[in-house]
Amino acid sequence: VCIHRVRSCSSIRFIKSKYVCVFDKSALKFSHQQRLFRTSPVSCGQIVQFKLSDIGEGITEVTVKEWYIKEGDSVSQFDSICEVQSDKASVTITSRYDGIIRKLHYSIDDIAFVGKPLVDIEIDPSKGVSPEEDVVETPPMSHEEHTHQEIKGHKTLATPAVRRLAMENNIKLSEVVGTGKDNRILKEDILNYLAKQTGAILPPSPKAEIVPPVRRTETVPAAPKDRARRTPVPVSRPIAFSGKDRTEPVTGFQKAMVKTMSAALKIPHFGYSDEVDLTQLVQLREELKPLAEIRGVKLSFMPFFIKAASLGLLQYPILNASLDENCQNVTYKASHNIGVAMDTEQGLIVPNVKNVQVCSVFDIAVELNRLQSLGSAGQLGTSDLTGGTFTLSNIGTIGGTYAKPVILPPEVAIGALGKIQVLPRFNGKGEVFKAQIMNVSWSADHRVIDGATMARFSNLWKSYLENPATMLLDLK
Amino acid sequence: MVLQSFKNCLWRSCVLRTPKACFWSTASGGLIIQSVSNEVYQNLAVEDWIHDHVDLEKQQILFLWRNSPAVVIGRHQNPWQECNLRLLRQKNIKLARRRSGGGTVYHDLGNVNLTFFTTRKKYERMGNLKLVVKALKALRPQLDVHVTDRYDVLLNKQYKISGTAAKLGRTTAYHHCTLLCNADKFVLSSVLKSPYKGLKSNATPSVPASVKNLFEEDASLTSEIILDAIAKEYAVQHQIDHHITLINPADETLLPGISNKTKELQTWEWVYGKTPKFSVSTCLNMPYEDSVLDVKVNMDVKHGRIEACNIDLPEQWLPPGLYSELVKSLIGSKFCPNEITMLVTTLLKVCPQDNELHSRWSLLCENMIRLM
Repeated sequence: VCIHRVRSCSSIRFIKSKYVCVFDKSALKFSHQQRLFRTSPVSCGQIVQFKLSDIGEGITEVTVKEWYIKEGDSVSQFDSICEVQSDKASVTITSRYDGIIRKLHYSIDDIAFVGKPLVDIEIDPSKGVSPEEDVVETPPMSHEEHTHQEIKGHKTLATPAVRRLAMENNIKLSEVVGTGKDNRILKEDILNYLAKQTGAILPPSPKAEIVPPVRRTETVPAAPKDRARRTPVPVSRPIAFSGKDRTEPVTGFQKAMVKTMSAALKIPHFGYSDEVDLTQLVQLREELKPLAEIRGVKLSFMPFFIKAASLGLLQYPILNASLDENCQNVTYKASHNIGVAMDTEQGLIVPNVKNVQVCSVFDIAVELNRLQSLGSAGQLGTSDLTGGTFTLSNIGTIGGTYAKPVILPPEVAIGALGKIQVLPRFNGKGEVFKAQIMNVSWSADHRVIDGATMARFSNLWKSYLENPATMLLDLK
Repeated sequence: MVLQSFKNCLWRSCVLRTPKACFWSTASGGLIIQSVSNEVYQNLAVEDWIHDHVDLEKQQILFLWRNSPAVVIGRHQNPWQECNLRLLRQKNIKLARRRSGGGTVYHDLGNVNLTFFTTRKKYERMGNLKLVVKALKALRPQLDVHVTDRYDVLLNKQYKISGTAAKLGRTTAYHHCTLLCNADKFVLSSVLKSPYKGLKSNATPSVPASVKNLFEEDASLTSEIILDAIAKEYAVQHQIDHHITLINPADETLLPGISNKTKELQTWEWVYGKTPKFSVSTCLNMPYEDSVLDVKVNMDVKHGRIEACNIDLPEQWLPPGLYSELVKSLIGSKFCPNEITMLVTTLLKVCPQDNELHSRWSLLCENMIRLM
């Protein structure tokens, strides 16, 4: 019986017979009807029951695992409808028709039966005939442009369904001969084209079909006031662009950031910026880098910045404090837990190095390495991310010079470090020399910190870095 | 003469303009390819690509591949139910979700993967597995291997050495299976044991089985020898050359669009987000001060995100405002330890500066994170 069906398929010579042959006789009947719809545009949308086709290996029932569409969605032929599973095989069921989904016969995890209806589709008979449905890729063109239109794929008339079919099969619409009205490309044309192929799928052109057409500029007579110049004025034409806005809910970590940042901006910030000459530090780091590497640690500039900040905080402990909610009490924190802002896929995270006041520069480097590798693996723990008292943000690794950082509550100060640039500067003798300059931008809570304190702290921090030997004097 | 030169022109233009097309449509009726990559996402992407782009009417394809340590779950499975995600993260073992059905497997270089590509009409798993068994027996006639009706391959009628899964599309289908040559059984058993309790879902469960490596049965067998034997048998049965073509899954000219497929397989939305809806119903035992608090937690997770959450804390243990803030923030978040860690530590910044409160918050959050 099965063989008989196959033979009858080939003798009828439907263009779609290649796809229909696998299915049962009732499906063949429907394809008959579909062809009738094609040629008689008078009939209205009929609801067709799309049955679950044979899976093979004698399987009679499957479990519905995921729906790709819902009732009311419009589908094209070959669109994925659902995913079903049977005995370790996952099967993608695709639509045989263009139309609108009217009913899903099963819910997720239901058992579906081969040969029984899966979905009801309302066939849209007007597809391919109605001129409103066509999507023309070119902007409305003037008569002259018709004659020198050369860009491929830009002067093709085809419905969205036909376009999708072409795209799925990596066919350039410009290479298909359209047999519909106005050389419109119909589904049969695509299928004919496919049948002519030797089975090779042509590689898709690099994004040529998806990019909106190049703006056509045209010279028009110059506007009256520019008569003297006579420069051509480009005329912009409305461009067909089918991009859509995308709205996503703010969830999870982002939601928490919204809350934190809203609280942060309640803090009256003031800023203070300065320039630091790191020429000596750069040299020092070059000398120490190999030593650190021998010990298995990557030494960046941050450990120096962090240690210098801690030394500064010893002199100006108000910067390492916290103001309570009601602004009644200021708590001077004993530990210098200096946070380092890190940019990850999920967003900004600020792990902190604990107790910098008792750490050496090398200790800090070790800890930074640990935090950085955990951060990039997305495995930072809660203890690493809480308890910070002061923050440094090295935005300079990405770029920029001056910044206006936002204080992270419950802290009262933050510093943003710009990138290190090689700039000409004057030395004591009035000579120009090459200096390694980095800009720092501090923000502080003006309720408890005044400008003078911030400036003095910054100067101290700067002096430690410009002349690293002075750090030795004050290191604990 | 004219005809000959015309044919030459065509062939040359075929090679120059569409070399990829010629590669994928050989006249021989069969093609054996092997991946040069050991990266699980790249190799899975190759399967997707062939499934989507190659016409298999005139030929069938056998794809051979191996992966560095990875756990691969089936299309409709729940990774929290199937494996020890904590251990995977610690050991840097990758987690991938394939597009075919079936259960969870552990891959490493001691495991070989075979994918048989055919048209949907010619999809037939038993035949493929019988081919594998035939190849193994030809290699070592004394091997006791056979195919069960669950499409497993058993060694000595006891130990599973191969698991099977399949994917059927509109016109093409593939059947792939693993083959344990010399995998690390210790890691295998520890990663495939889930520590997460209280999970309820309709996701496809895996059926655990005792496994054994072919290497343990016969120490002269290596992955390379076994792969070659299978390729040879395939070549014989399809009457093609015993020639294995190496392909690079990063080659965009041979496989245009492959890097997008590779990227998609690595997204959180695919690996975790495609988990069928499940619920977590468990009890946290939190040691606090001198006692142990029993805190019942109920969560519903859909598309890998928390849809509903209820934590049964003793009254006033956390200020009610803070508790509702926590629950509100959890809803919509990914059921992912990293995301939740970042969320709770950020929320803590706007909490009152109270040491006791902070320690309670940290205790609760760390226990919650352990559920993920």
